[in-house]
Amino acid sequence: MINLELPQKLQMAQQMSHQLANSVFRPIARKYDKIEHCDTPEELIPVGQMLKSMGMSSADDGSKAGGGDHIKNGANMMQVLATGEMSWGCIGLMLSIPGLGLGNAAIQAVGTSQQKEKFGKLHCAMAITEPGCGSDSAAVQTSAVLDGDQWVLNGEKIFATSASRGDAVVVWATLDKTKGKAAIKSFVVEQGTPGMQVVRCEDKMGLRVSDTAAIVFTDCRIPKENILGSPDIADTAEARKKAFGGVMQTFDNTRPPVGAMAYGVARAALEVTKALLEKEGIRFAYDRGLNNSSALQAEIYRMEAELEATRLLILKAAWMADNKQPNSKLASMCKAKAGRVGNRITLKCVELCGSLGYGEEQLLEKFARDSKILDIFEGTQQIQQLIIARNVLGKSSSELK
Amino acid sequence: MSDQPPACFDLTLTEEQRITRESLRRFVASHIKPVMRQADEAAQAPAGFYKQANELGLCLMPIPEALGGAGMQRSPIANMLNAEDLGEGDMGLAIGALTPLSFVNAVLDFGTQAQQETYLTPMASEQPETATIALMEPRATFEASELQTLAQPVADGYRINGVKNLVPLADQARFILVLASVEGEGSHAGFVVERDAEGVSITRESFMGLRPLSLNRVALEDVVVPPSARINVDLNRLLDLSSIGLAAVTVGCCQAVLDYVVPYVNERTAFGEPISHRQSVAFMVADMATELEAMRLMVYRAASRAEQGLDFHENAYWCRAFCAEKAMEIGTNGVQLLGGHGFIREHPVELWYRNLRAAALLQGAACI
Repeated sequence: MINLELPQKLQMAQQMSHQLANSVFRPIARKYDKIEHCDTPEELIPVGQMLKSMGMSSADDGSKAGGGDHIKNGANMMQVLATGEMSWGCIGLMLSIPGLGLGNAAIQAVGTSQQKEKFGKLHCAMAITEPGCGSDSAAVQTSAVLDGDQWVLNGEKIFATSASRGDAVVVWATLDKTKGKAAIKSFVVEQGTPGMQVVRCEDKMGLRVSDTAAIVFTDCRIPKENILGSPDIADTAEARKKAFGGVMQTFDNTRPPVGAMAYGVARAALEVTKALLEKEGIRFAYDRGLNNSSALQAEIYRMEAELEATRLLILKAAWMADNKQPNSKLASMCKAKAGRVGNRITLKCVELCGSLGYGEEQLLEKFARDSKILDIFEGTQQIQQLIIARNVLGKSSSELK
Repeated sequence: MSDQPPACFDLTLTEEQRITRESLRRFVASHIKPVMRQADEAAQAPAGFYKQANELGLCLMPIPEALGGAGMQRSPIANMLNAEDLGEGDMGLAIGALTPLSFVNAVLDFGTQAQQETYLTPMASEQPETATIALMEPRATFEASELQTLAQPVADGYRINGVKNLVPLADQARFILVLASVEGEGSHAGFVVERDAEGVSITRESFMGLRPLSLNRVALEDVVVPPSARINVDLNRLLDLSSIGLAAVTVGCCQAVLDYVVPYVNERTAFGEPISHRQSVAFMVADMATELEAMRLMVYRAASRAEQGLDFHENAYWCRAFCAEKAMEIGTNGVQLLGGHGFIREHPVELWYRNLRAAALLQGAACI
């Protein structure tokens, strides 16, 4: 039965996340944007413990939320809602909460029960990008070679969120550079393993408090059982496709939350903007047609509509995941839409508020800096468009490059 | 409207909605798609079209049994889904088919018991009458909250003066619900005017698109109606229900555009391969599909809020603003993707382009 309102349980979870964002993140967002490089902010340590005790990390399947017939409003919806609210506070701080790393999502998605047991409690970062490969994740050069009962890793990773502060990193590496995608596997490397060195944390335009590390692996030895998924290299084309497809499927679950980040920061910017404009006597009553409203009103109305469109796409992608419907296309649609809308809204809000928007007294300029990366990481706008297009047009990656 | 709010976020149709959808789609495939080009060229609906459309019973559903209707619950969601399905066939014919329903919904929502009897009974009879709503006026800056058509209270009712335009099926309707400002009240109301009443003159108008739909200018010169013809219409609600209905029709049309361009760009070759192998083409298709999905979700949410009795003014406003913009984008890109061929009337994309332009300006029709 068509209903796009949220059940009370999800609304309550959303409100709790909002309170957290409002009382903990917002007041310290500017401070940590200035500090930039630091250990995990002390204010976040109890937050991480609280979320862990509530089971709000990705380990929870949350299927009890919602209810009604056989339709589920579960963990995926819960996650996008919580992410959206926390991002309304500060995305950088949210990404710095111990225990909510992207690596955790990967382990949950493809790890064995022992691996989930062993690493689930750690804060696990994810390291895919290399100096020579970004969107083309099949071109990974970092290598893993089995030597007795250990894997030996060599290579360099960049742009790894939380890899400096985290307890472990999920690293993508190839077993055989000549075998392409099929030979790419992911490995869990615990912080402090000899041969793994965090060489620097990047200075960034936004998301400053979140650490973005470069790591070098030099003959880094890890236990054989730290590989996620099967160590075999598929030998048929079909099996190869399936194997890499499995790895890429992690993204179907991680893209909607990144979309939710863009939604959250855009909503934050829009709310601040409306409040500033209302102080100057501008009213937003939706009482005249778009073209009979002032330019400022029309712009706000359009942005609110875009934001709502974004929110619904994200919810649908998460709802499909909760109900075990294949959601690759929707996951990319919501990420593509959210990435471009989030960026456009935050930038427009700076513009609409003039000198107030551009200045550091307000958070608008920070939101505009933070939002840009959301249209880049976890698959750029253009990568999402490729995925959507292949899906809609029925094309393979070799046909539509 | 449902007695109980649903338990959770859900996009699944009910069994009943699924069945209706199937029959609507069959009707669209057999009675609309094969004739839409011809109807566009002829600038009129195919003979017998409205009779056939009426047989679908859309209009009959919500009319109380006592008045000859089916007595079903008034359901904005069901109407929205029908609008989407019909719009996938042809926007003009869809709006035409929904026009009597639009009037019925307004009378059900805002009319008294007596008015429902007077106006709905003839619409549910063996030889059903049709009816329409006259809202728009011929001004570039038309604003629904500032109607220039004026109703003056007189001894025997109201005297109405003004000019309405873009009134669907006014030439064949028995009843026209004319929205007008009421002198001395500083507000507005609806007045049911019979087409044949003295002082009413109707002229067919021609537009860039929606050509199979008879759209008319209705001039009212000292038309006098009795007090019983006054319906206290909540104009915001009427406009909002129309915004959702029209947005649903455009969702259907945009789906037709997408379904047409996908095989075209896959089959059309240039530089030795299908043009869909080029990102500049493929990304346009990706964006069309994404925005269309977003349009649909916005329309579904607005309709479901209306169904549940929740406030839906902002949702309807967003639907209208968002869908009008994205629909035109999809319409123009539909032509672009076919290149020169898109400009030729052999293909339907130019027709959809002309029809979709109406989404941003048409108001007061297809009330769900």
